[in-house]
Amino acid sequence: MNDILGKPIDRVDGKLKVSGGATYSAEYFPKNMVYGVLVLSTISKGRIRNIDTNQAERVKGVVGIMTYKNSMSLHFPQGTDPGSGKYAEKDLLPLQNDRIYYDGQVIAAVMAETFEKAEYAAKLVKVDYETESPIFDLKTNISKSYKPSSGGSQLQLKRGDADAALQSADVKMEQTYTTPVYHHNAMEPHASVAEWNGDQLMVYDATQAVSGVKSLLVSMLGLLPEKVKVVSLFIGGGFGSKGFTWPNPIVTVMAAKMVKRPVKLVLSRQQMFTTAGRRSETIQKIALASNSSGKLTAIKHDTISESSFVDEFVETAGLATSMLYSCPNVEISHSLVRLNKVTPCPTRAPGEAPGTYAIEAAMDELAYQLKMDPIQLRLVNYAEMDEQRQKKFSSKNLKECYQRGADAIGWSQRSPEPKSMREGNYLVGYGMATATYLANRVASAAKATLYADGHAEILSATQDIGTGTYTIMTQIAAEALGLPVDRVTVKLGDSDYPRAANSGGSQVTASVGPPIRAAALGVIAKLISLAVSDTASPLHGHKEEDIIADNGRIYVKNHTDRGESYTELLNRKGLQKLEAQAKTNVSTRDPQGANPAPTGGVDAAAEEESKTNPAVQEDQNVDRKLYSFHSFGAQFVKVLVDPDLGTVKVDKAVAVMDVGKILNLKTAKSQIMGGMIFGIGMALLEGTAYDPNNGRVVTRDLAQYLVPVNADMPQFDIQFIDKPDPYISPIGAKGIGEIGITGMTAAVVNAIYHATGKRVRDLPVTLDKLI
Amino acid sequence: MEKGPGVSNTDDNDTSSNGTTRRGFLTQITYAGAGLTLAPLLVRTKNILPGAPPGSAETSTINLTVNGQKHALNIDERTTLLDALRENLQMTGTKKGCDHGQCGACTVLINGRRINSCLTFAAMCQNSEITTIEGLAKGDGLHPMQEAFIKHDAFQCGYCTPGQICSAVGLMNENHVHTDADIHELMSGNICRCGAYQNIVDAIKEVKNIA
Ligand code: FES
Ligand code: FES
Repeated sequence: MNDILGKPIDRVDGKLKVSGGATYSAEYFPKNMVYGVLVLSTISKGRIRNIDTNQAERVKGVVGIMTYKNSMSLHFPQGTDPGSGKYAEKDLLPLQNDRIYYDGQVIAAVMAETFEKAEYAAKLVKVDYETESPIFDLKTNISKSYKPSSGGSQLQLKRGDADAALQSADVKMEQTYTTPVYHHNAMEPHASVAEWNGDQLMVYDATQAVSGVKSLLVSMLGLLPEKVKVVSLFIGGGFGSKGFTWPNPIVTVMAAKMVKRPVKLVLSRQQMFTTAGRRSETIQKIALASNSSGKLTAIKHDTISESSFVDEFVETAGLATSMLYSCPNVEISHSLVRLNKVTPCPTRAPGEAPGTYAIEAAMDELAYQLKMDPIQLRLVNYAEMDEQRQKKFSSKNLKECYQRGADAIGWSQRSPEPKSMREGNYLVGYGMATATYLANRVASAAKATLYADGHAEILSATQDIGTGTYTIMTQIAAEALGLPVDRVTVKLGDSDYPRAANSGGSQVTASVGPPIRAAALGVIAKLISLAVSDTASPLHGHKEEDIIADNGRIYVKNHTDRGESYTELLNRKGLQKLEAQAKTNVSTRDPQGANPAPTGGVDAAAEEESKTNPAVQEDQNVDRKLYSFHSFGAQFVKVLVDPDLGTVKVDKAVAVMDVGKILNLKTAKSQIMGGMIFGIGMALLEGTAYDPNNGRVVTRDLAQYLVPVNADMPQFDIQFIDKPDPYISPIGAKGIGEIGITGMTAAVVNAIYHATGKRVRDLPVTLDKLI
Repeated sequence: MEKGPGVSNTDDNDTSSNGTTRRGFLTQITYAGAGLTLAPLLVRTKNILPGAPPGSAETSTINLTVNGQKHALNIDERTTLLDALRENLQMTGTKKGCDHGQCGACTVLINGRRINSCLTFAAMCQNSEITTIEGLAKGDGLHPMQEAFIKHDAFQCGYCTPGQICSAVGLMNENHVHTDADIHELMSGNICRCGAYQNIVDAIKEVKNIA
């Protein structure tokens, strides 16, 4: 009503973040705290024959060393959903036995009075291993691949007969695309501080899922839920690495119990390369067939990726391909090879990031083969519906994205021939690709409280991992409450609050916005019903539906003067506050999807109250099974390639995104830009190298694992279609954290081909591959 | 606020009575340019000292002036300036991203010059003016660079931000920014995984008045 949705307001936590006042998880100091440092395995397979802690124990200031020999025993965790708690490696609980499954496995924790002492003592722990021969290379172990069962039939998809169509096709394109292991490298290392107070446990943890960590602590340590609290007020980026729970918070809690003092444990940057997830390497075989005018007749997309011996994770690279283009014959497969490496986990746009790279590079190759404009090829095969699921898209304005993107990059000036454009000494190339990501929504709850002084507070146990959740949720709440944003405080990242979506799968905006809105509207409804039944109110006797709330007042529609302020009413009634809770039980996921919505009775009160909340009921009544929920976009890139040195500079990057309603243009642009920069990293710089002799990570720091820096930046042009998705929620907004990376990698690689005539199918495109 | 172990506020700037030969040694060789390789060297040196039990590093009292305030710290000599700030003084505005001089998250200003505090021993900074993110604002108002960062959305998670801002303020003192490309280049020691680079450049341009 006060029209705050969509406004590019500054981040509400901006002042804290620029002044050093935002507290991240390592920045708490419970009294008597000690420092923990992990000791990690240095072999990839085998067992610990002996672990000698004698010398380390003698270091002055060491207060305890925990190994499998003296650690408490843990229960296997229940549940596999990040929202309700996904332990990263279900078959490998930390410090329970002597088995080693990968390099970098946690084998001890050293606690000492200072960080320096703990770190020093950790280096003195001597381990004698019985080494077995590991397997760690994907490419040479393809014969060991198997079809995973997790995710059900969704991982192996088929319509029509792709093989037959390929055999009889006019035009065929078959290639293999490979992507290396990528590491998230959020700037904030994984960190936990744990404090026991009797049987009460307080944990500060850098996590994308406070409720998830809490559930895991409860089930793995056998604790009572009401005794455990997990807090994560500010998170220094996650990108998936903090979505599943890695050993570090569990070990921190165990260590605090053992030494009977609070413990702080932070992973080093080096440890994050082995002990906190990664994106799997992929080998993707793509086959396309079309008629001579470019109409696709077959698509095959076969992905082989890695898993580990202690859990199963599938990089679902082929899923987007199943709905991206109109084509009668499609076959998608996913296979895994188990390796002695840490289990892969979601990384920004899991599946879609490497998957759109492969399919969109393949489409580019087909376009050149057909001598057809790459945009035209995509338009000829435009999917008006999700042909795999036989459902309408909830919303899709992709044609407009192509058009506006082409205009913004200057596509019409592109001469189609590869290696035909120059600027000075540089070869110039233009490339484009389609971006897409799931528009996820899961069940979430929130609570709104309006205080008699006219300010309001929102509580919800989701997190802001840097995406701007605090800010857009404040906007959503302010709009629904009829209050200016500076009168609304949104509190997140505390497991005591009503349970809400984990910060993964680009689902927070779509999932948590609606219950916040509904709870806020619930408060206003209570306020209005108070007023109309109060003889002292100017609104007494008016119909509730005639009254609106705006700018801290309720009044009769079109009669601003006939009403009163929230504070007047609450003070007159002697009420200090008015509360409402809401839970929206909505999911856009396939029923057999790998990540079902969190369920459970913890939000019983919110659920009960929601039964009479019209905003919740209306929202839940939409039949979402009829629709396929995705976001779309088009990415365009101009590159400059030095023909002598093979260096690539992304000169300009354009994104036009169709991601529903934009809630804050400023933070939305930043999100997309961040994704695009991840894409530049994937295309040109990033990739984890392993020692071919023993499977250990070689590039285990930021000097060797290169991420994009300021000097790598192109000029950006980021635009939005900004049309609400009518089916995802009453707000119409979809998540935008991940779609920015999808399409970007292919756009860069396609531009490099246009510039040089060289098609690199093995990422990253380093200069040695171009000269 | 309760401070970490061994910390007291002091106005006593006289360090001579606490001076140890070890610290003198440390300061000398660091000034000779061996800072990067000092840590392993130091540890090894201690281990071969006859009779020294493992890891029983010396503690020293050092004096640090941070944001104009003097502190006396009795700390492990191996303590980096970054850890002294974060853990001993509990001033956590300065961030640790890599501890190896590779990310810039720990950037602070020493006598107005930007440095990586993770590559600097606390003991090396005794006669310097240390400015951290907490000390940039004067009074109630924010520093113009902080204001510009908010206005241009020059951060997302905010973890690299204190380092970026200190680095940007240091850059202003260096007098060799003439073009946008200079800013991109000279800010490349500060990684932002969220990818706020363009907005960081815009913020700096606004403060530099070259927009
Ligand atoms: S923490 Fe000092 S440069 Fe990364
Ligand atoms: S704002 Fe997150 S790393 Fe820069």
